[in-house]
Amino acid sequence: MKYILMMNADKRNFDAYAKWSKEDLQRNVAFMRAFNKELRDAGVFVATEGLGAPNEAKSVRAGGDGEPITDGVFPESKEFLAGYWIIDVESPEQAYNIAARASSAPGPGGTPGSMPIEVRRVLGGFADLGL
Amino acid sequence: MLRELTPQVLGTVVRRFRDFAAAEDAVQEALLAAATQWPDEGVPGNPRAWLTQVAFRRMADRMRSESARRRREDEMALEASRAANAATAIDAAPEEDDTLVLLFMCCHPALTAASAIALTLRAVGGLTTAEIARAFLVPEATMAQRISRARQCIQDSGIPFQLPTKAEQGRRLTAVLHVLYLIFNEGYTSSGGPRLQRVEMSREAIRLMRSLCNRLPDEAEVAGLLALMLLTDARRMARTNGEGDLIPLNQQDRALWDRRQIAEGLALISAALPKGPAGPYQLQAAVAAVHDEAARAEDTDWPQILALYDLLGRMADNPMVALNHAIAAAMVNGPTRGLELLDKLSTDARVGDHHRFHAVRAHLLEMAGDRDGAIKHYRAAAGKTGSLPERNYLLMQAARLSSERHETPAARAEKAEGI
Repeated sequence: MKYILMMNADKRNFDAYAKWSKEDLQRNVAFMRAFNKELRDAGVFVATEGLGAPNEAKSVRAGGDGEPITDGVFPESKEFLAGYWIIDVESPEQAYNIAARASSAPGPGGTPGSMPIEVRRVLGGFADLGL
Repeated sequence: MLRELTPQVLGTVVRRFRDFAAAEDAVQEALLAAATQWPDEGVPGNPRAWLTQVAFRRMADRMRSESARRRREDEMALEASRAANAATAIDAAPEEDDTLVLLFMCCHPALTAASAIALTLRAVGGLTTAEIARAFLVPEATMAQRISRARQCIQDSGIPFQLPTKAEQGRRLTAVLHVLYLIFNEGYTSSGGPRLQRVEMSREAIRLMRSLCNRLPDEAEVAGLLALMLLTDARRMARTNGEGDLIPLNQQDRALWDRRQIAEGLALISAALPKGPAGPYQLQAAVAAVHDEAARAEDTDWPQILALYDLLGRMADNPMVALNHAIAAAMVNGPTRGLELLDKLSTDARVGDHHRFHAVRAHLLEMAGDRDGAIKHYRAAAGKTGSLPERNYLLMQAARLSSERHETPAARAEKAEGI
């Protein structure tokens, strides 16, 4: 079963991250590299991406004529997706353990960041309902 | 032909050298040699002996270079040379057994289901890692890693390369059948349409089951599982529409069912059942047969299905069987009886909050005329299913009932009269 692990953060977290020290950033990047390798070696990796900063984010809707209407002003508290992993595991518990590992990524000063990771099932095909 | 030969050759090489990973590499090299040489030189008279000999030579080369590196004479290298020279004398019978041993090895209970599936498809099915990865919608590197971990696990466990003892065989055969069943389901649970490659998983499972059935013709459960696969897969074309939407059994266009597959499945299960006490695969195949034999949904022999689920229920405490039993009871004795049985199940932690439990309850509540209850449970099921087509189907059911509820009696009457 596939799960998506989403790392969400509000705008203040993104701004703070941009001001981390070089050592803190290096530690964090090294952790993420090692973590991705762990997922690959375990044969559970499907995909991962990191997303651009929220200052560039736009909310787009279709106008009456189908033209895009963009809006880029978001409240400070809005949560943005920072990045995600998709994994293929045998149980939800295995997904939670991997999410906990992602959440333990080092923050400033090397202490675990404990970022909340949202875990959601990726929907797949269907078996017969027997009806 | 190469797909059939690969596991036979691999089995022989593994038996001789007891190094699973190296044997697979050697067989791959032999296949590559065949792909480059046969088109020019023609297919040899005994292709299996040819492939085996090339693979043996590769193993011998490998051992020699390793022993040279270690600066010591390696007895295995000598053995390999002797084996390579003797390989031309290979006859048919033992290789058949080698494939069987390979299957028992790959479906070893020590492996996780995902590893056993990947290894079986690779080593016994002869599929490429890329093909398996595509079927499971994961990157090729991920599947390669899974297969290599599974090989390592077998290597580390020191599982001897031989047929399990008679006492052990039953338990191991159960594991083999379970893995083949999972491979079949992996293909069957796909929604069709653009995911055609997953359908190949079902075909592969059926192909492997056929070959197992030929080797173990007296095992009634082997025939039973093959029959179950054929009788289920026969309905494939009817169970989705062109958009991949789910169509339940009672609304399928039965003209789309595969008659030849049904005939084959029926013959298998009819021959297997009289052989002794029927196991769970045979009973499930018998249920599938009853469905497939009905010309229209309303002709389904539900009393017989109910009797079969009674037997299955007595065999093992399986909540999914209990759910199907409740459906059959509702079809025979009315929805109230089915709902009573569901009430007993609702406290079972394994199934009480499962999406199928809610879907069945919704269906029976609708049969009983409790529209609001049905809507509630269709929606609960939709919220819990791991399948997108199933979620769409369940939400549609809830929406259909909900729109009926909002219609005025006059509008409903008009609709009923076709105005």
